[in-house]
Amino acid sequence: MGHADSAMKASLPLSHLMRFSDEQSMLLETATAFCRDKSPIATVRQRMTTDAGFDRAVWDEMVALGWSGMAIPERFGGSGLTLAEVATVTEPIGRHLLATPLFSTQLFVQAVIAGASPTQQALWLSKIVSGAIGTVALFEQDGDWALDAIAASARIEGNAAVLAGNKILVGDALQADCFAVSVMLDGAPAIAIVPAADIGSARLRRETIIDETRRSASLSLAGVRLPASALITGEAAGKALEAVRHAGLLLASAEAAGGIAGVLGVVLDYLNLRKTFGRKIGSYQSLKHTCADILIGLERSRSHVYHAASLITEAAAGSETSAIDIDVALRMAKVEAGDSFVFAGDRAVQFHGGFGFTWECDAQLYLRRALWLQYAFGDAGHHRRRLADALLSPVG
Amino acid sequence: MSATALASDLEQGISDEALEAFREEVAQWFAANRPPEPGFLLPESFMEVGTEEQFVYLRDWQRKLYDAGYLGMAWPKAYGGGGRPQAYQDIVNAEMARQKLPFVPNTIGLNWAGPLILAIGSEAEKQRYIRGILNADDIWCQGFSEPDQGSDLANSQLRAVRDGDHYVLNGSKIWTSLGSHAKYMILLARTNPEKPRYDGLSFFLVPMHTPGIEARPIRKLTGEYGFNQTFFNDARIPADCLMGREGEGWKIAMLTLTFERGATGGQAGGITRMALGVGDVLELARRSRRDGRPALEDPFVRDQMVRFMIEDQGDKLCGARGGIPALCSERPQAIPLSNKLRRSEHMRRLLQFSLSLQGANAVRWMGDADAVDGGKWQRSYFNSFASTIGGGTSQIQANIVGERVLGLPKD
Repeated sequence: MGHADSAMKASLPLSHLMRFSDEQSMLLETATAFCRDKSPIATVRQRMTTDAGFDRAVWDEMVALGWSGMAIPERFGGSGLTLAEVATVTEPIGRHLLATPLFSTQLFVQAVIAGASPTQQALWLSKIVSGAIGTVALFEQDGDWALDAIAASARIEGNAAVLAGNKILVGDALQADCFAVSVMLDGAPAIAIVPAADIGSARLRRETIIDETRRSASLSLAGVRLPASALITGEAAGKALEAVRHAGLLLASAEAAGGIAGVLGVVLDYLNLRKTFGRKIGSYQSLKHTCADILIGLERSRSHVYHAASLITEAAAGSETSAIDIDVALRMAKVEAGDSFVFAGDRAVQFHGGFGFTWECDAQLYLRRALWLQYAFGDAGHHRRRLADALLSPVG
Repeated sequence: MSATALASDLEQGISDEALEAFREEVAQWFAANRPPEPGFLLPESFMEVGTEEQFVYLRDWQRKLYDAGYLGMAWPKAYGGGGRPQAYQDIVNAEMARQKLPFVPNTIGLNWAGPLILAIGSEAEKQRYIRGILNADDIWCQGFSEPDQGSDLANSQLRAVRDGDHYVLNGSKIWTSLGSHAKYMILLARTNPEKPRYDGLSFFLVPMHTPGIEARPIRKLTGEYGFNQTFFNDARIPADCLMGREGEGWKIAMLTLTFERGATGGQAGGITRMALGVGDVLELARRSRRDGRPALEDPFVRDQMVRFMIEDQGDKLCGARGGIPALCSERPQAIPLSNKLRRSEHMRRLLQFSLSLQGANAVRWMGDADAVDGGKWQRSYFNSFASTIGGGTSQIQANIVGERVLGLPKD
């Protein structure tokens, strides 16, 4: 967040921890089969034309599989696992372009777990476990990725808080049951936990975004009222924003890693099929070598993603993992997976030639998702800038 | 660690504590037994051993390492190895790299020929060759490449003709590192020109002191020596130098390359090159200046450094992930078969960038009194092509990844 943390330094040499539990292995298998089954490309295109953007029945199945409550403590009915497991199922979601409010919901979950009061946690986490959709309203008109650069505000009127300002790119907002909204309260960030009923659809305006498998809306906060007790303030608000940022980075990176595998599959199918000048185009080295580059991006991305996930698991298990080391691992994962997916999507369009220029070619669907993920929670350049602060100690 | 303690480890599986204790022991031994500074610029790898003093210094270091029990630790005891779990050798290798110790020069013996002989050699071959590989008495070289074949190994033309109890060799091999010091060569030769190109090849373990074999030094792009072109003129070698059977040369050569590319375990261990890496370039950056300020304050330099660090970390994490089958199940060969391509290209670009950190001094060369670090960065950049060209060029590596990992059609 911001760069006030530039004094914090990563521990060098960097950790190479890699953990993947038997449970994660099973999850990855199950989720890969599930996403392949529920999200064939024709279905992806069909869902793009719907208002909600996703299939409620598929969501119900994901909830029944326990994915939504995976990182929710057992006392609220969740599985008591961590974001590492959520990342494991998110990878195949990216691979199969599955439309789902899981990403938005997990961001909401992390905000609540990290910052909300026990009463709020009990209320909302149990609803999420039984299928409620959550989302976060963080970003504003200027598109600044800094989560603490907030213009929206809350003021206290007796026992109530009244909100003002506008939010953009609120994921799955028109379907969400609950919102975590970042605002300023007395000069410091705070988070308002607001049920959809108290927001009302009139305040939401659907946005037209690059990835048509996703939905988002702008949110006009003026006049939204909530009990003052539903505000997360002070240190808890900072923790909640940090948790949301970490979840955003990990899940976007995992989804991108999956996306690279997906689009590489599309490219390989075409290169093994299409002929020009009497040869399969996959035999041309300019295309073949670029595919090797895409694969290398995929391998490095997956390695970064599961390493960051491993550090998160370790930290959750109570081991001494410094926050800055997790931060570094997450940013590296986002840089590698973000850039590699955009590269793969971009080349996929190119390699399909004239067909790649058409709406019917699936390459564009991946490129769109790659771009959405690249610009979610900071792009590669943004994170390299902050990695430099954490990794390159001052001249000594 | 005492021998008894070790034996009990083997019985019970190795505990983290035992490995940690061993790490400490190794670290102390290296700290106490580090060879003295040579007083001349050491070569970067076995491919750059150009002078007698460089060779003797490195050979003696390998002997010392073996005598201490830190080389071939996981190779069978019967042939001179340590008979210990690989984990111990891995610790030694990591500690050598960490303490930036000199490399062990018999790379081809230790990491390619040795594992090959242990994997498919006869009992007699194991008895004859393995110990000498480990104690550096027998230096090995490789005769795969030929002057006109480029990366097309299957096009080897060097002829081996059976004549009674001997084969007669005629032709030449190129890029034979350590050729003038080597006692043995692993050789790929054509025994049958009538057969299709793969089937006509055979694999030999050749004594280099055979009359008719001559290694002539080649001067490299750096101006140094280290490579040779090796000429074979009616060189008669005993027929039992043939490894496997006639016609199996290609298969055996491919197995050798899997050891060379680090795609499988089995190597004797020890580091094989001066380990320059992203950390060293970072250290150089700390000493460099831009616009009257430390170079590490320059946004472009910072961004470049971070790019290299992410790439390097990604590759190290690929190494870690490669040990988890559930995370490699779709393309198990993706990480091992892309390893050489990823690492060699990373190093080449990183070393090229290291010149940029030197500003106007980047143009100095080895031998210049004011060259930064004696010109080692310039030399390293030029020598980095050895890895992007040798053992199959990066372009061939990309073909291998494209065809064998991704299933794309051949040209």
